[in-house]
Amino acid sequence: MEIFGIPHQAFLGQLMLGLVNGAFYAMLSLGLAVIFGLLDIVNFAHGALYMVGAFAAWIMLERWGVNYWLALVLAPLVVGVLGVAIERLFLKHLYGLDPLYGLLLTFGLALILEGAFRQQYGVSGQSYPVPELLSGATNLGFMILPNYRAWVVLASIAVCLGTWFLIERTRLGAYLRAGTENAKLVQAFGVNVPLMVMLTYGAGAALAGLAGVLAAPIIQVTPLMGSNLIIVVFAVVVIGGMGSILGSVVTGLGLGVVEGLTRVFYPEASNVVVFVVMVIVLMLRPAGLFGKSA
Amino acid sequence: MRHSKLTTVTYLAILALLLAAPLLGLYPVFVMKLLCFALFACAFNLLLGFTGLLSFGHAAFFGFAAYVTGWFIRSQGWTPELGILAGVVVAALLGLLFGAVAIRRQGIYFAMITLALAQMVFFICLQAPFTGGEDGLQGVPRGSLFGVLSLASDTAMYYVVVAVFIACFLGISRIVTSPFGQVLKMIRENEPRAVSLGYEVDRYKLLAFVLSAALAGLAGALKTVVMGFATLSDVHWSMSGEVILMSLLGGVGTFFGPVFGAGIVISLQNLLADKVGEWVTVIIGVIFVVCVLAFRKGVVGELLAWMDRRKARTQQA
Repeated sequence: MEIFGIPHQAFLGQLMLGLVNGAFYAMLSLGLAVIFGLLDIVNFAHGALYMVGAFAAWIMLERWGVNYWLALVLAPLVVGVLGVAIERLFLKHLYGLDPLYGLLLTFGLALILEGAFRQQYGVSGQSYPVPELLSGATNLGFMILPNYRAWVVLASIAVCLGTWFLIERTRLGAYLRAGTENAKLVQAFGVNVPLMVMLTYGAGAALAGLAGVLAAPIIQVTPLMGSNLIIVVFAVVVIGGMGSILGSVVTGLGLGVVEGLTRVFYPEASNVVVFVVMVIVLMLRPAGLFGKSA
Repeated sequence: MRHSKLTTVTYLAILALLLAAPLLGLYPVFVMKLLCFALFACAFNLLLGFTGLLSFGHAAFFGFAAYVTGWFIRSQGWTPELGILAGVVVAALLGLLFGAVAIRRQGIYFAMITLALAQMVFFICLQAPFTGGEDGLQGVPRGSLFGVLSLASDTAMYYVVVAVFIACFLGISRIVTSPFGQVLKMIRENEPRAVSLGYEVDRYKLLAFVLSAALAGLAGALKTVVMGFATLSDVHWSMSGEVILMSLLGGVGTFFGPVFGAGIVISLQNLLADKVGEWVTVIIGVIFVVCVLAFRKGVVGELLAWMDRRKARTQQA
């Protein structure tokens, strides 16, 4: 069987790979969108936090034999706490200034994290085993689906939906959204805005850490894994419309698929296709697909 | 211009230092590398410091021009000045393309779009047949200037680099102090006012962007001729970050700040690279963080502000 002249197994395989990548784009750009929405900070350290999440899981396994499922909870917590510390120590001093300073500061933090891990672990990758429960593959009849990849896609969609629900449908989310509009007024209603901001950054960081743990069994855990990914995620955020939660999820998944399909039909362009899409979208809609025009 | 007497003295002192550097025993290749990056930082500062646009994609102009120049000289046998010219022209065209896409957005949007566009250039350089992929372009000969003056010796090359650097530095100062430069400053300070006064703001910004791209390209092209190679690290986004750091550290919007910043960053990298390994990235990151938190004016900017305060105090007394 062939689809568009490509053996269907290869076609569906790349599509699946695209969906998995898209799941990571969605989770990471979601965290960026949440942080940008409330703090007005473009979190350049997001890729580094993702990398720290993967390393945290790997270190826990190597040192203390902590299994995957526990790491899935603990590593994001560690990264979340790191995020809270970053907010308290550094970002707190930049509110009210040009958002460019936030971008530059988090860029510096990314360099620090990445350099420290490179010094400690080198650039060669560490491998993290796929948990037993999810090893192997399922034969769907028309394709062989590795279980772990299916789990990653489902887990990330669940996380994205959960975050969307939290922000759009709960009281806490209403405070968050109100805080992005007018922090002073929300504060006047007795909401502890600084606390909320701190926890938001922590939660965004934890999301990046969670993506890192999910990625660890699929890719090599290396200090460079975040910096390679973060630029694509930035492009996703720009295409989706900055700060738009729905935009980042839909665009993330969609672009992963587009990238996968490009890999089938014209592999040389698969690395740049996201940026090409970005240019086209910006020509037509300068505020991004889901963005409000600024 | 403020501190005009002091500025003149500083310039003369630096000029003397530059001309005498090889005699003082400074390693010429190091100083040339430093000057190339200083030029890169000045080009970047023309955009950020005097127009208020933060480009996070300047490595694309620097690195792509480095490749183009290297390719023309090595594979086509062009003389160095023609190779460099080709690099500059290509960088300017690339700048026009980037600018056309990005200029409509502001602030961080602008920064992220330029970053993504530059990443596109990075992947093109990684995969295009003429760039040598992961290995980069190695062994680019220096050749002879206009087919006459051999640049093989470091001394000859050095004085050419110094001449180019000084010409560009003065050129940038001229641009900034010209009426065009005044319009750019107005756009930086208050864009809506510039619009309401009838200036076609986007065209000014685009021109500034193209000029900055061309100069960044010149820096990259010159670097290829000096060092004899162009590699992926020239066009990688961390290079865009580095040039931001140089400007920020020295003082955004000051004439001499970026040169100073480039000096500090390149010296640090050269001095520390073989001693502390990857810690050099950490150290640069720490400098970045400290700059953003505490010295947003940069070394030169803080110095100027301090002199202003002192002057104000003496006048009061």
